[in-house]
Amino acid sequence: MKQNRIELKFQEDKKLLSIYFSAGFPNLDDTVPILRNLEAAGVDMVEIGLPFSDPLADGPTIQESSTKALRNGMTTEKLFTQLKGIRKYIDIPLVLMGYFNPMMQFGIEKFCQRCETIGIDGLIIPDLPVDVYHEQYKNLFDQHGLYNMFLITPQTSDERIRYIDKVSNGFIYMVSSAAVTGAKSTFGAIQTSYFERIENMNLITPTVVGFGISNAATYTAATTHSKGAIIGSAFIKFLEEKGVDRIESFIKTIKG
Amino acid sequence: MNYNVDEKGYYGDFGGAYIPEMLYPNVAELKRNYLKFTAEPEFKKEFDALLKNYVGRPTPLYFAKRLSEKYNTKIYLKREDLCHTGAHKVNNTVGQILLAKRLGKNRIIAETGAGQHGVATATVCALMGIECIVYMGELDIKRQAPNVARMKMLGAEVRPAQSGSKTLKDATNEAIRDWINNPVDTHYIIGSVVGPHPYPDMVARFQSVISEEVKTQLLELEGRDYPDHVIACVGGGSNAAGLYYHYLNDNRVNIIAVEAAGKGIDSGESAATSALGKEGIIHGSKTLLMQTDDGQITEPYSISAGLDYPGVGPMHAHLFRSKRAEFISVPDQEAMDWGLTLSQLEGIIPAIETAHAFAALDIRKFGPKEIVVFNCSGRGDKDLETYINYFKL
Repeated sequence: MKQNRIELKFQEDKKLLSIYFSAGFPNLDDTVPILRNLEAAGVDMVEIGLPFSDPLADGPTIQESSTKALRNGMTTEKLFTQLKGIRKYIDIPLVLMGYFNPMMQFGIEKFCQRCETIGIDGLIIPDLPVDVYHEQYKNLFDQHGLYNMFLITPQTSDERIRYIDKVSNGFIYMVSSAAVTGAKSTFGAIQTSYFERIENMNLITPTVVGFGISNAATYTAATTHSKGAIIGSAFIKFLEEKGVDRIESFIKTIKG
Repeated sequence: MNYNVDEKGYYGDFGGAYIPEMLYPNVAELKRNYLKFTAEPEFKKEFDALLKNYVGRPTPLYFAKRLSEKYNTKIYLKREDLCHTGAHKVNNTVGQILLAKRLGKNRIIAETGAGQHGVATATVCALMGIECIVYMGELDIKRQAPNVARMKMLGAEVRPAQSGSKTLKDATNEAIRDWINNPVDTHYIIGSVVGPHPYPDMVARFQSVISEEVKTQLLELEGRDYPDHVIACVGGGSNAAGLYYHYLNDNRVNIIAVEAAGKGIDSGESAATSALGKEGIIHGSKTLLMQTDDGQITEPYSISAGLDYPGVGPMHAHLFRSKRAEFISVPDQEAMDWGLTLSQLEGIIPAIETAHAFAALDIRKFGPKEIVVFNCSGRGDKDLETYINYFKL
């Protein structure tokens, strides 16, 4: 079986920068240009957000970009159409991130098939619990070569982290603090000690920190104790203010 | 078939806990403890005492003589409208505040649509001296000014939900986000039989005092402890869950659920989830909900703010799919007319939500010997402005 791009990327000897954006924002057809500009700027992986009307784990920035994307006419079908043929241009791992309800309505099996055809490497579904995934969907995802990544938070018990580590592939998404998504300018002692605690657990699966990463300082703080970091809200704010063509300048401020 | 929740938190195909990992510890803590704490004799004693001395239970089971004559059947009203704060909602908030205290929580959050659950939550928080924050859609805050004022008088902070459509579902999203941001000290008092397991079961249990009393009262009044029909309105479905609870597995009792058709099922402005909903996930529960083909949750409409929720609780989704309950839907106009009819036949001004249930009398025929119990779930004081404008009073 072909090796998953996420797996290969995580074997590289460097810290990884991943970017999240809401598909269909700022403009409906920006999805592919954003992906191409991100890859050109040296981003290691991208999470493409499927917009949802009721994103209950998201803060104001992603709520607004989701709402705007839906108003622009974004749908699951539309996104798959936009992504058709994307592997002609893009080599980095692509992850779809979204809530479970739109996927259910599309049909989970059909959804997985389309992901495989396009060349999507994995999914992050915040409201699909680990146990339900294992009982009902793991085989299907495996058949289509899709990784499913899970979240952990500062409140997740060591026991549960060990369980998630055991059943994970790809990476573990470490939520930086007990909070919905949203940019922060610094991390405090609580985050640092949480990052260290997880680092010292010596998990099998690599970790990537997300939520609250917005600049070089938070990126560096997060990646000191993990394999990589994900930026979402701060990138979306940048897109809104500066547009799709200036993406490289944003990435430079993070990676130097 | 069993119509109660199973050990995994499902009612047939529906229920479960589809929640982000950030909520897992909170929900797991509740799941571990809700049955244990509520079964303790000391909890029961405190709960029962508050229901009796503070809420005013048991509420009467009143034989509606003129209404019965008009429809040539035997109609009883379970007078939840006589509860403190004006509706059944307080049964649940009393139970949950006692649970929150035992869990060591010192901050309470709640969502509210019309404001009834918000008022009931603010009330028990005042009673216990606990901080209370109620999320309410910005649009609802404008529509329900008297309840906003009541919550403020009771010492609660009312926070406007400004996301999405700015109504109940968005207030619920905001409350969930608050809980994600405050996972340690906060308990979220959900107002209906919705949300992730164990909420639907927990709220149904606290509301089950309604049918528990009906059993005792009917035995005394009719010599048997069950009616032929139980009828209640369903938004999320908490008052209905309370009335049905002890009869769920009793096939002698026919269950009727009345939803709000709004301006008509096909009008695009409706809250009749059983007719318009598809299986999906809302607020952490797999249930029937109104949504687009793309899986975006749609905004429901009803003249009664308490029924315009885009889903139903998973228990009700199961009752519907398994055909255990008969679901009917009633448009605004008929509900409003019933508000007037009940007022003038029985001297009881019902909440507009409650008024929907009575329209079942025009849709279904009941025999002269049959016993029909309605949940008279709330009083109409909060709806006076709507009644005034509608009937030009």
